Formats: sequence, C-alpha cells, structure tokens
Amino acid sequence: MTDIANALKALATTAPTSLTTDVLTATGTGRFYDIVSGPTGDLLIGWSTTGVYAVAPITEKDHFLEANAEGPMKPIPQELPDKWHRQVAAALDSGKLGRLPVDLSGLTEFQQAVLRKTIEIPPGQLRPYGWVAREIGKPGATRAVGSALNKNPVPVLVPCHRVGRSDGTVGRYAYGPKMKRDLLRAEGLDPDAIDDAAERGVRFVGSATTNIYCHPTCHNAKRIKEANRVELRTAGAAEKAGFRACMVCRPAAAA
Amino acid sequence: MGRATGLTGRLAADVDRAFPEFVLTYQDRLYSGVRSFVGAADAEDVTQEAFIRAHKALQSYDEHRIEALQVSAWLWTIALNLCRNWVRTRSRRPQTVQLSFDRSGGEEADDAAVEAVMLDAWKQRLAGLSEAQRVAVVLRHVVGLNYQEIAAATERPVGTTKTDVSRGLAALRKTISEEGSP
Repeated sequence: MTDIANALKALATTAPTSLTTDVLTATGTGRFYDIVSGPTGDLLIGWSTTGVYAVAPITEKDHFLEANAEGPMKPIPQELPDKWHRQVAAALDSGKLGRLPVDLSGLTEFQQAVLRKTIEIPPGQLRPYGWVAREIGKPGATRAVGSALNKNPVPVLVPCHRVGRSDGTVGRYAYGPKMKRDLLRAEGLDPDAIDDAAERGVRFVGSATTNIYCHPTCHNAKRIKEANRVELRTAGAAEKAGFRACMVCRPAAAA
Repeated sequence: MGRATGLTGRLAADVDRAFPEFVLTYQDRLYSGVRSFVGAADAEDVTQEAFIRAHKALQSYDEHRIEALQVSAWLWTIALNLCRNWVRTRSRRPQTVQLSFDRSGGEEADDAAVEAVMLDAWKQRLAGLSEAQRVAVVLRHVVGLNYQEIAAATERPVGTTKTDVSRGLAALRKTISEEGSP
C-alpha cells in the first residue's frame, strides 16, 4: 500500500500566510504594530496582548519587522486597542510612561532593573550611566548599564535618551545621536549647552543659598538663581565645599 | 508525546503567549487535512475557525488540563467536527463549481492549474470511501498522525482505526487502477 500512501502525501501542503495572520488577529495573540506620532517623528509601536514590546522610528521599519519576527511571522499591522492608544499618546506627550503596560519579559533581570530605573528619570532631565548603576545597587556596572540601555527594546517610552555619559555629555543613542539630542530638545533641554558645560568639567551645580548640589538638569538645579549658582567638578569637591547632595536627583551615593 | 511537552507546557503557562507557536506548529498539517476534506475553496475558512475554537477552548482549560492534552488528536477532534458540519451545510446548498484561471500567466498559473486537477482527482477518489475510512486515511497519510492519535481524534478503537486505514488504502488502489483502464 506504500505506493498509494506516498501518492497521498501530494495532498500535504503549506498553509497560506493569510491564514496565520487572520488567526492571530482574530484571537488577539499575534505580535502587532501600529504607527503613532512621537516627539521627533512617527514611531512604530510593537504590541501584543502583554503590552508594548518594541518601539522604533518609522525610518527603521524593515529592521523593526525583521528584528521582531517570531519565526517566519513578522509583526502584523493592526491598530493599538483604544485604551493603549490613549496611554501611548499620553506617554509620548508627557514623557511619562504612566500605566501603559510594557513587556520587558525577554530581558535579563539586570536589564529590567536598568530600564525600570530609567523610567523614573523625569522628562527634561539627564542622568549619567554611573547614576543608574549606583541607584540599582551595581555601582561598578557603568558600562553594562550603557549596553543595557543600548538594547532598550522600547526607546522613547522607556526614556534611555535621558541617560548620558559619565563625563556629563549627552553621548550616543541606538538610533544615532541626532535623535537623542532631538528628543532632549523636545523636552526643553539644550544638548549643546549640556556638552559645553561637561567639557568645561562641570558635573554638578550647587546653590549658595541652600548649600545643596544637584545634577545640572535636576529640577531643583534649574531653580537656582544665576547669582547663587556654583559649578562643581566632583561630588568630593562639593562635599568639601560644604554642599550636601540633593535628595531628589541623588548626585552621590548616600553616605 | 515527548515533542509536544514543551509546547503544552508553554500553553499551560500562558495560552496567549504560546498560541502563535501553536498555530505555526500545526497550521500546515491542519490546513492540508482540512483541504482534503472540504476542498481548496473553503479550507482556509474552516482551518481558521478550528484555530479560533481551539484558542477559546484553551482559555477555558486549567493548566493541568492543557499539560495533559494530546494536542494533535485534540485539535483534530475540533477540526473534524467543523468539517462534518461544513459537509452537512454544503449538501443542503446547491453546489457551485468555481473555476478560476489566472491568465496573468506564467509557471505559477500552470502549477496552480495542475494542483487544482490533482486535488480534484483525489477529492473524487476519497469521496468513494466511507467517512470513517476517508478520515482515517487522510489523518494517517496526509496529516501524519499515528493510529493512537487517530483513534483519540475520532473516538474509535485503535484496532478499528488500523482497519479503516488499510481498507481505505485498498479501496483507493482499486479506484486508481480502474482509472487507468477505462
């Protein structure tokens, strides 16, 4: 009977790709993407039932579809559910993630800790890699923080653009330094002025009236009047000059 | 089944997350089998419905039930029901034969035409079998289920399933030899 059995194998075929797409869409279990207007241009927002799993500028569409394919299945174009769409728009508008669910489950614990800490940095402020490392209890892991941020699957929403080099400069970005600087500009910062100050050796600024020192972009630092503003090169120098660390931006390890 | 353990484990942990993998794992075999029963025009719709029902069922099962699933046999229980219903509603409607020739041309159109003829020939031959034989033969030799899985999917004893397959193949061989000498 093997002749007939072999002949019957001719009936075995591959399913049309539209079948996969239709099933995953109908059951809501696919990896989908939508396009949403961001602070510096349109963004691809990858989402699934577990939340937003990827963000990339629209110019990276081919790479985005490749990188987020599951086996042969590329993400399917599909509008975000209404509630998430509102939350994404609000997050992009305010610079704060809010309650939008973001899926970081594919990352290591360390990477997740780095990204969760990064979410805490308010819009319009910049912290160095070393600050993130210290805040998550891994003060020696500055470089690892940099590479974890470089692999941030959901940039802009998780604001890795708000973390810069330990020398105080704005530094690099997975989608190029221009996008990072544009994002910071959109939040009211002047990246050129930040780099200039950093290159002059300024890491912190203190207030002569409160004797508190901060990261230069901390909202408390921005309130210091020009006449009372003291530029500082190191945390040690600040402490020696009688300044204490700001409790909000925590420029140095708690003593 | 050893190979399915990983997938059932992942389905038990999170149905929605593992569902795309489930679809990609079974869609070709499910579609091939369904197409053998209902024909190319409706195979995609019926297969899609089977997956949607499977998803709904999985969401209602607790994790122990999912872990214990014989996935292939279980999925085919769902699909066979749909195929039977499809045949029933079909038989009450006037049959329309759909002839679509892609005149845009080339080898692809030729291949499609050759495949359509091949499918139609098999449809005729399979139509000559009893339902039990047709199902057993297709599940065994098109889909690739083993006898135990076929027995579970059709809720029949394993021995009967084996008989169905061998008698079905014998009947097909007879049909084909008769096609050769009209």
